[in-house]
Amino acid sequence: MNVTIVDYQSGNISSVINSFTEVAKSKVKLEVTSDVNKIKSSDKIVLPGQGSFKSCVDSLNSINGLVDSLKDFAITNKKPLLGICVGLQMFADIGYEEAETKGLGWIAGKVSKIDNQNGKFKLPHIGWNEIDIKKKSKIFKDIENKSHMYFVHSYEFIPQNKSVILATTDYSSKIVCAVEKDNLFGTQFHPEKSDKIGLKIIDNFLKL
Amino acid sequence: MLKNRIIPCLDVKNGRVVKGINFVELKDAGDPVEQAKIYSDSGADEICFLDITASNENRETIIDIVRKTAKECFVPLTVGGGVRTIQNITDLLLAGADKVSINTAAVKNVNFVKEASKKFGSQCIVVAIDAKRVSEQKWDVFTHGGRNKTGIDAVEFAKQVETNGAGEILLTSMDRDGTKSGYDVELLKVITDSTNIPVIASGGAGTLDHLYDGIVKGGASAVLAASIFHYGEFKIKEAKEYLNSKNVSVRL
Repeated sequence: MNVTIVDYQSGNISSVINSFTEVAKSKVKLEVTSDVNKIKSSDKIVLPGQGSFKSCVDSLNSINGLVDSLKDFAITNKKPLLGICVGLQMFADIGYEEAETKGLGWIAGKVSKIDNQNGKFKLPHIGWNEIDIKKKSKIFKDIENKSHMYFVHSYEFIPQNKSVILATTDYSSKIVCAVEKDNLFGTQFHPEKSDKIGLKIIDNFLKL
Repeated sequence: MLKNRIIPCLDVKNGRVVKGINFVELKDAGDPVEQAKIYSDSGADEICFLDITASNENRETIIDIVRKTAKECFVPLTVGGGVRTIQNITDLLLAGADKVSINTAAVKNVNFVKEASKKFGSQCIVVAIDAKRVSEQKWDVFTHGGRNKTGIDAVEFAKQVETNGAGEILLTSMDRDGTKSGYDVELLKVITDSTNIPVIASGGAGTLDHLYDGIVKGGASAVLAASIFHYGEFKIKEAKEYLNSKNVSVRL
């Protein structure tokens, strides 16, 4: 199996590479690239994302043909894709970080700043928080409800259709922290930084 | 509910872990990669490396340690000490650090914080503030491991780094560091009340009650400690169980 971690020169993806390498061992061929041809021939794709929504979208768009090939992969050919953090957020139609920015539009919804209730809650939402699993999913196989995952973000994805929500986490409000729509998976938390339980999610994705 | 974090800090000099008392009389106590792995296996919420000699020496040693650690530890890794340029940050992140902590360079030029957070995202920019009490309710920022007084008010500076995009503040009391007499809770309180980003308490933890005070009385989102964990006085698990028994929410 060929798995591609999309390297579109935005943010720090070393931890994603390290954790996937750890889980994949020799069973999976891991590529870290933005090469459109390699993406086409992949079986699975991981779309990480750090920094702002706008900077991530801009970086994706700056690589010729990348967005189209991701769309072919995930939407036309319906092959499994996992978005992590801003990688998940970019599934949305629109994001409001830095400036109003169009997202990939794969899952209807928007990305807005977490309501910190007039400073009552510190932002970014950094640290370990429990996930409240709403729906069964293959990526949550053997993951207990209320497991702790590592978060670091100030913006949240608000999907239009609530049926895509796999899990929420409780901060200043119930924040959507995992979604699934057909072959698209996304986590707001960082499985690659969430210790053994996070690595299990990565393992589940690789075993899909 | 978001959990309060416990972060063991490993002070690294020449590739070896040390922890000094007020930054002098350093003792050698082990291999940083191995130590980090032990901490991460025993429930540390994050790991912090502080390269205490980075200001003067070759940076390759710490980068190599970060690279090795990041392949074995799958919890967040923060690295600080001698971070002065965008290139320094790039090198550490590429080696596998998740956050970098900036100290002197932020004091010298707060725009550096802005530039770094714009380039890499606030989530990986921690500003380390070393503060020392100068009068009853006033603390100043110090640099170079507490040797240089800047005359900058710590509260004002904390607000300023927040405005410039810092994702977190690592606040060390230079009066308490290495003394094991507890965090400077008043300093913590004034900084956590004046800012809206998470603050990590540092400097002075000697007992489990000190960790409690840092979180509950000081308002810290995370507590950092070195010697109490490092010399085996307390295990991370014991610290968490103790805090949990006192109704402080932690990841067990």
